[in-house]
Amino acid sequence: MSALKIKKGSTKHSAYNLRPTFSDVMEAHTLAVVVDNEAGVLARVIGLFSGRGYNIDSLTVAEIDHEGHRSRITIVTTGTPQVIEQIKAQLGRIVPVHEVHDLTVEGAAVERELALLKVTGTGDKRVEALRLADIFRANVVDSTLESFVFEITGTPEKIDAFADLMRPLGLSEVARTGVAALSRGQ
Amino acid sequence: MTRQMTGAKMIVQALKDQGVEVVFGYPGGAVLPIYDEIFQQNDIRHILVRHEQGAVHAAEGYARATNKPGVVLVTSGPGATNAVTGITDALMDSIPIVVLSGQVPTFMIGNDAFQEADTVGITRACTKHNWLVKDTASLSGTIHEAFHVATTGRPGPVLIDIPKDVQFASATYTPPQKAKTSHYQPPVKGDMEAITALVEAMEKAKKPIFYTGGGVINSGPAASQLLRELVESTNFPITSTLMGLGAYPGTGKNWLGMLGMHGLYEANMAMHDCDLMINIGARFDDRITGLVSAFSPNSKKAHIDIDPSSINKVIHVDIPIIGDVAHVLEDILKVWKARGRKTDKESLQSWWAKIEDWKKVDCLAYKQAGKSIKPQYAIQRLEELTRDHDRYICTEVGQHQMWAAQFLTFDDPNRWMTSGGLGTMGYGLPASVGVQMAHPDSLVINVAGEASWLMNMQEMGTAVQFRLPVKQFILNNERLGMVRQWQELLHGERYSHSWSEALPDFVKLAEAFGCRGIKVDDPADLDEAIKEMIAYDGPVILDCLVEKHENCFPMIPSGEPHNKMLLGEASTKDAIGASGAVMV
Repeated sequence: MSALKIKKGSTKHSAYNLRPTFSDVMEAHTLAVVVDNEAGVLARVIGLFSGRGYNIDSLTVAEIDHEGHRSRITIVTTGTPQVIEQIKAQLGRIVPVHEVHDLTVEGAAVERELALLKVTGTGDKRVEALRLADIFRANVVDSTLESFVFEITGTPEKIDAFADLMRPLGLSEVARTGVAALSRGQ
Repeated sequence: MTRQMTGAKMIVQALKDQGVEVVFGYPGGAVLPIYDEIFQQNDIRHILVRHEQGAVHAAEGYARATNKPGVVLVTSGPGATNAVTGITDALMDSIPIVVLSGQVPTFMIGNDAFQEADTVGITRACTKHNWLVKDTASLSGTIHEAFHVATTGRPGPVLIDIPKDVQFASATYTPPQKAKTSHYQPPVKGDMEAITALVEAMEKAKKPIFYTGGGVINSGPAASQLLRELVESTNFPITSTLMGLGAYPGTGKNWLGMLGMHGLYEANMAMHDCDLMINIGARFDDRITGLVSAFSPNSKKAHIDIDPSSINKVIHVDIPIIGDVAHVLEDILKVWKARGRKTDKESLQSWWAKIEDWKKVDCLAYKQAGKSIKPQYAIQRLEELTRDHDRYICTEVGQHQMWAAQFLTFDDPNRWMTSGGLGTMGYGLPASVGVQMAHPDSLVINVAGEASWLMNMQEMGTAVQFRLPVKQFILNNERLGMVRQWQELLHGERYSHSWSEALPDFVKLAEAFGCRGIKVDDPADLDEAIKEMIAYDGPVILDCLVEKHENCFPMIPSGEPHNKMLLGEASTKDAIGASGAVMV
């Protein structure tokens, strides 16, 4: 149909933004949701995911505008393209939600996560842990004679890789923040 | 001029400023200050229900019959939890309701105080939005915002939880005009590119169909008018969901009747075989689609909906249009007329010929014979004898609801109140109370089954107290008819707990409530009984004993597509596969 030859995404609010077909392929998407920082808003977002059976792989939230009382929630979720579209539409109709951005499809984005890893040990393992930390640009933020706490920032994959290397060297505890993300450019 | 007042007074003032005339409610400890204010004024009428669920259903009936938001006032704890079923019902059917609930004082929240419940937590999933107001200064603004949210975009229920100390404290009242404008402003105009694409598809369509839903009615009377104009001028056939009955007249020449699980054969066959489906304010509910993978396999589908999350939720559509039905229909008509009012008339003629063939199946046929009243016959007689009245119909949920949808004719919107999405037994009686409040001089009938009706029968007390002459037309088969029907078809005729034993004597029950009771069990006496019910100046319970084992047909068995309809008892054998039995 000729009238349907409209460039997808050519206008922000066009219904033609929608993906064309139902597919079974699971995709991971990073969503940035700007909300009013009011009581219960995080519960609304999480309740939407649990109530409708969507996945949350990672979730971070903090107030980003103290005067305007706005918070930014970054959610990494997995689903078929249809489910991802549903999630965005469902998020969009929550009353205190101002903006929903799909950073995975809206162009390039930077994603970063911070992790703290406690590695315990002595001797060669301790030296090796410190050497690898240097390669990964992890900082030592706490130290005893038998342990380090490393602080590392990067993509979730980089943190996974660092944690995998630390495991045989005495990794005893990990704390991760979840992903924060912003689109690249202006 | 700034106006200092208590929170309780502020609530009543805000309701007045929002144009509220009626509040359905039930008092309790946490709302006493509000009730004290209600006592001292005469602008807002308070209808004392007998159970908070009844208050919400009454408000729903009122809202549907007027296109205005319904208002409910309940106390904390059990008052709020009792309202949850009604609130969920309103959410599923997109009915604008504003619920005001009392809460324990702010300094006691979280202490497991007497009649404390986490009301905003409990109702978060069943409201469009809710608020806990923690200081009186923000109370009036929140109430105005609540009315805005309930009635804007896709309508729905909202709840404001108001602690008792907030009701006692004083602050400055903000009138609606001065309230902060809400950022919640869903767009109402559809995308013109998509609308043009739809018009282009309409011009070429050989087998088009309009499939309309409750969204047309929610959009207001203008939407129904525009729909009628569009149907008349294109000569496309039209079917509707349960929620959309009345948007296009039931006596209109393009009307195919309701579609779906118990919809008409011609409507479902036309949906299955069409080449262009235009969904206007419906949501591809599972009662409509049947087996999704075989749903209308060869059609291009357009979907007009104000809620973006309804698009592509169940069925992939080719032309999605996000916007308010009235606005979008206006634009469709404009574009279609500007392009020369084109349709493929020749193909339409053969499409109509095919539809006429399907109509010949006469899928609603039944035989009234013998000494017992067939439920279909009872509803048909009700239709005959009330058709010329200024009539509003409510229903409960079950077989009688489907028969009412099949056999009653609705020529106007806002005349039909039924629980569609949630399927709430006990909806009809309180809803009829709400409708009668809105239209005191009209004939308001609740078509009921005896089991559903018993679920909220306490509301007869409300009807009697407020002199609301609601007519309770109970099709009494002494069974949970729809459950029984499924057990017959799906569970080897093992009728587990689907009969109504120890039923009350409905005539005596009516007398006990102080209204009129009529009982009828002979087809020969039916007309007289209905006439007596209509003529009586006051609420009536008509106990109409009907055939006990009548099944509701036609029926699309669960897990089957539209073209696999069951038409009568003869064709039901082995009709439902094992996978279908999983679905309800």
